[in-house]
Amino acid sequence: MHTGTRILISFGAVALALLWPLHAAADSHGEEEKLPVSEIISEHTADSYWWHITTINHHHVSIYLPVIVYSGAEGWLAFSSKRLAHGETYKGFRIAGEGKYKGKITGVNAAGEEYRPWDISITKNALALMINSAIMLSLFLSVARWYRRRPKNSVPGKFVCAIEMFVMDIYDDIIRKNIGDGHQRYAPYLLTAFFFILINNVMGLIPVFPGGANTTGNIAITCVLALCTMFAVNVFGNREYWKEIFWPDVPVWLKVPVPIIPVIELFGVFTKPFALMIRLLANIFAGHTVILSLMFIIFVTVKMGVAMNAGMTLFSVVLSIIMNCLELLVAYIQAYVFTMLSAMFIGLSRPSHHPKKIKA
Amino acid sequence: MLTPDFGLLFWMLVSFLFVLGLLAKFGFPVITRMVNERRDHIRHSLEAAEEAARKLENVKQESLAILDEARRQQAAIIKKAMSDGEQLLLNAQQKAVEETEKQLELARQRIELQKEKALGEINAQVAMLSVDIAEKVLHRQLDDKTKEEAFILQMLNEAESIV
Repeated sequence: MHTGTRILISFGAVALALLWPLHAAADSHGEEEKLPVSEIISEHTADSYWWHITTINHHHVSIYLPVIVYSGAEGWLAFSSKRLAHGETYKGFRIAGEGKYKGKITGVNAAGEEYRPWDISITKNALALMINSAIMLSLFLSVARWYRRRPKNSVPGKFVCAIEMFVMDIYDDIIRKNIGDGHQRYAPYLLTAFFFILINNVMGLIPVFPGGANTTGNIAITCVLALCTMFAVNVFGNREYWKEIFWPDVPVWLKVPVPIIPVIELFGVFTKPFALMIRLLANIFAGHTVILSLMFIIFVTVKMGVAMNAGMTLFSVVLSIIMNCLELLVAYIQAYVFTMLSAMFIGLSRPSHHPKKIKA
Repeated sequence: MLTPDFGLLFWMLVSFLFVLGLLAKFGFPVITRMVNERRDHIRHSLEAAEEAARKLENVKQESLAILDEARRQQAAIIKKAMSDGEQLLLNAQQKAVEETEKQLELARQRIELQKEKALGEINAQVAMLSVDIAEKVLHRQLDDKTKEEAFILQMLNEAESIV
């Protein structure tokens, strides 16, 4: 028998065996319960005050994270999010179940209105960011330390070589090529941005703690990254750059009396980072949603009988594997694209009348 | 979903700037500088190696040229020696011929001398013989004039035929 077929059949048998109790349980629960798929998915992709790891026998295993809030009445407050779990209220704060602030900590002010306090709680995404930052720091600082400790021109080992290859690929192919002269000033930022995004993307794909947090699929994170690029472009842009925005090289009637082109150019200053922000967010968010949706095929088809369920499970797992591979590619591509576009925007912010040929 | 949360913005800014600060100071510049230095080192080494190879090639060429020159000189020397030898041989032969000629000439002259000397001696002896003969003739036959004359003539003839 063909190996592939054998694997498929044995997989189907295992799936059947595993799914039988699940199916029986679903039967005993009755048919009324409907799986709130979209709610669960949005819960998984959204930020949270605790890190839900798994559920065993209806018992949630979660890491409760510190809540840090400031309100005029109470001042700074820090407490475990466990006090807010299951809709409980602590010192007037609770997690809103619905409304404008759904899923966020809200307080009730003297007038009885719900308000949002200053909230710098270390949420799931904040913790994931810190973990990923720690991973990134340990990776690159250890490589840098290797270089500082070794005599010049010594030959690096496999790990250092791999990191070095990654770094130099970005450095030579993106940074140096797109910025040209003076790229050294921007290289640390662009390299940090690239690896920060890449590590967060990849960690987001790992389904178990400490991975699985949808960091780069959150607008706050992509917003900060895009703002950093915007800062690098506009603060270090030279005179020529600003001249091309406010007095571009176009027929005068396009600039005076109605400054059509300058307005468009000025608009571009904001749309470029905005596009960076949305592109990364949408790609990663979509990836997470698709993989979760494929996973839910298993649970949605439980009621359709064991055979159907087993078939769909196989379908789901195969597609999930394919999607995970694709998302791994997307994780790299999005980090690459963000860095490349940032480098290009920075390069465009330093035009010169006599563009020098960039050494390859 | 599209409204950035303040708390997460704050923590993102803090963690990103922290990572950026540390890596911009102790991370990436160290790596890129070291790699660039190594790249330069490798390029220089390659250039040096190429230079050395070129020099070696030059030396090889030079040594080949020297060898060629030596071979050419060797050939020339041999050729010259051969022609010199031939010349020498020729000269020697010529000299030998001349010497022989000279020797022969000398021998001939000596023979001539000897011959003249011998002839002189013979002549003297002939004269003495003539005198003797004449004495004898005079002693023996002065009686018959005619006989005497015939005799003298006979003697003379004899003498001539001897000479």
